Amino acid sequence: MRRTFVILALLTFGLLTYALYEGLVAAPTEQTMGEVQRIFYYHVPSAITAFTLFLINFAVSIVYLARRSPRADALAVSTAEVGVVFCTVVLVTGPLWARPVWGIWWTWDARLTSTLLLWLIYVSYLILRRYSTSGQTPVIAAVLAVFGFLDVPFVYLANRLFRTQHPQPVYFGGPGSGADPRMTYALLMNMAAFFAFAALVVWLRFRLERARQDFEETQALESLIQPDVRSPR
Amino acid sequence: MSFSPSPANSSDGNLSPAAPVVALSHVSKIFGRFAALRDVSAEFGPGRLYAILGDNGAGKTTMLRAMVGLARPTRGTVTILGCEDLRAVTPEIGYMAHPTLLYEEMSGMENLRYFAALYGIANDQPCEQAMRGVGLDPGLSRRVGQYSQGMRQRLSLARALVHNPKILFLDEPFSNVDVVSAREMVRVLANMRDQGKTVFIVTHQASLLEGVADEFVGMAAGQIIARTRDLPLPQERPASAGRTSR
Amino acid sequence: MSMGAITRVSLAKDLRLEWRSKDAINSMVFFALLVVVIFSFSFDPTAEESRHIAGGIVWVAFLFAAVVALNQTWARELRNQVLDAYRVSPAPANSLFLSKALGNFIFVAVLEAVMTPLFMVFYNLRSIGPAYELAVVAVLATWALVVNGTFFAAMSIRTRSREVMLPLILFPISIPALLAMVSATTAILTGEGAFRFWMVLLAVYDVVFTTVCLLLFETVLHAE
Repeated sequence: MRRTFVILALLTFGLLTYALYEGLVAAPTEQTMGEVQRIFYYHVPSAITAFTLFLINFAVSIVYLARRSPRADALAVSTAEVGVVFCTVVLVTGPLWARPVWGIWWTWDARLTSTLLLWLIYVSYLILRRYSTSGQTPVIAAVLAVFGFLDVPFVYLANRLFRTQHPQPVYFGGPGSGADPRMTYALLMNMAAFFAFAALVVWLRFRLERARQDFEETQALESLIQPDVRSPR
Repeated sequence: MSFSPSPANSSDGNLSPAAPVVALSHVSKIFGRFAALRDVSAEFGPGRLYAILGDNGAGKTTMLRAMVGLARPTRGTVTILGCEDLRAVTPEIGYMAHPTLLYEEMSGMENLRYFAALYGIANDQPCEQAMRGVGLDPGLSRRVGQYSQGMRQRLSLARALVHNPKILFLDEPFSNVDVVSAREMVRVLANMRDQGKTVFIVTHQASLLEGVADEFVGMAAGQIIARTRDLPLPQERPASAGRTSR
Repeated sequence: MSMGAITRVSLAKDLRLEWRSKDAINSMVFFALLVVVIFSFSFDPTAEESRHIAGGIVWVAFLFAAVVALNQTWARELRNQVLDAYRVSPAPANSLFLSKALGNFIFVAVLEAVMTPLFMVFYNLRSIGPAYELAVVAVLATWALVVNGTFFAAMSIRTRSREVMLPLILFPISIPALLAMVSATTAILTGEGAFRFWMVLLAVYDVVFTTVCLLLFETVLHAE
């Protein structure tokens, strides 16, 4: 376990460094936007990573509801937390990009708005986890996760139509639209790096949560064998 | 202490006859870091009235809730009438707790009608019968919110009985109840037992059940520590109980 | 008794109790009135643009009033732990859920019926599209709010800060439905916009989330 972790950590570090180089140095400068465009290499991978993590959270929550497995719950909370972090990165890099390019901090276009709503949904999930009276937290949270993720297609659909009804700043065409293949390469590298990094952090968080669960279980077992002298009430 | 006469249908004197109505097998219930029930195994036979005694925190309420299916055991299984799936035997279970489980804003009959409907009972007759059985007048149009505590508890008992369950689970039914109402309830419960129902009563007022209960089940620290025919002698009960039986 | 019968009996009980005490309806109606008045101070009702934002204002007002109703959905049951009696009975959990959701639907619909004329008067609204379409939007939109709201109210029972938790978890998930309600209403009031698309979105939202609620309510009810 420890060796795999070290290997993954080194791989991640390597990938991130390489991808950083590719994104900030090696990839050609975009014509209209200039250097600012490079933020794209962080903005897009973060979004895809966040979405993937939320997808995993959805799957794992269903597994929890079916089997009540503590590992499923541990993975659920890990992916949600890390997903929210990556989602925050998207929401921060968006305005950082928008400001120099269009002169405005925020725009209610489909993608940013959808990301904002996604962020709201999963932050509410995390708050629910914190505020629920213990013992029921995993079940209630898993139920909310199911609702939250099922909402995602509606979020995107609603925002897509809403977007076409409002004038939008014209988006940078995207790497596929006849752009330099080196840009695509940089984007893919960064995606790989971000995925690796996300996997690493989720794993760490997962192990932390499992340790907490094990600790609680040990205390419970102790309480089974040796009764607590103090009454709980 | 005088020997309490056992009911006609269980003359062998065994504490747990052949076909248990309620069986707990290695049941533990853990809340976070606190084990309310610790590996409890027990069998309870039909047609008997069991009084469950013990201090606060002994696990009495938890055990009762585990038996009716309100608290899922962390470990172990509860079997009722041979079924492990407690949802299947719900029509045979009657439950009463210290909160009344009634709507304050409705009258007695309206409450009973509603709860009877949950069991598929559509007519008034069982409701009226249940109310009369506990000494209340079905014609009373007063809202439950205006009842005295004794009347409330009696109506709650009626609610637990309205669907004629085979097993009754009562959690502190006599708390804060006047002596007359309490004695009335004990009489009703003894009747139920005589009709072949199995009755479990968690209480601090063991003396009310003296001469009525078939068995006294003593609990402490999440385990059953004693099962006797007679009321335990005062020194066997933990001194910190603070409540004297009167 | 079948599930439908128990749902009917439970709904009848709730309506009867509400009629007697008029707890929720009074506070909701008054609150809704306040919201209408406050909004008219914030958004000038006389301007022509108000026609375009009226859809939004109306539904936000309904949303806030609905939360007041939703928060008290389970209040009577919690007062004396009646839910325990329900859990111990053979009655299906979904009967309880549907009866509460339908009850809330009726309360919020009454609220809307009270507030809408006021809005029409204050904001000088006339619908350019056919008016019956407003009714269809109202039904679909109200159900979208109420079905999830009733469910989340049951979830928030098991949390601290119950009254804050409900809107906190309800609002993010309801935003697509809110967007659809507002856009559909605006389309009717202004005669422009993709009314049909929003209606379909709302209908699909209703179907999906009603199904999920029915599938998961038993889990939530029995989570101790």
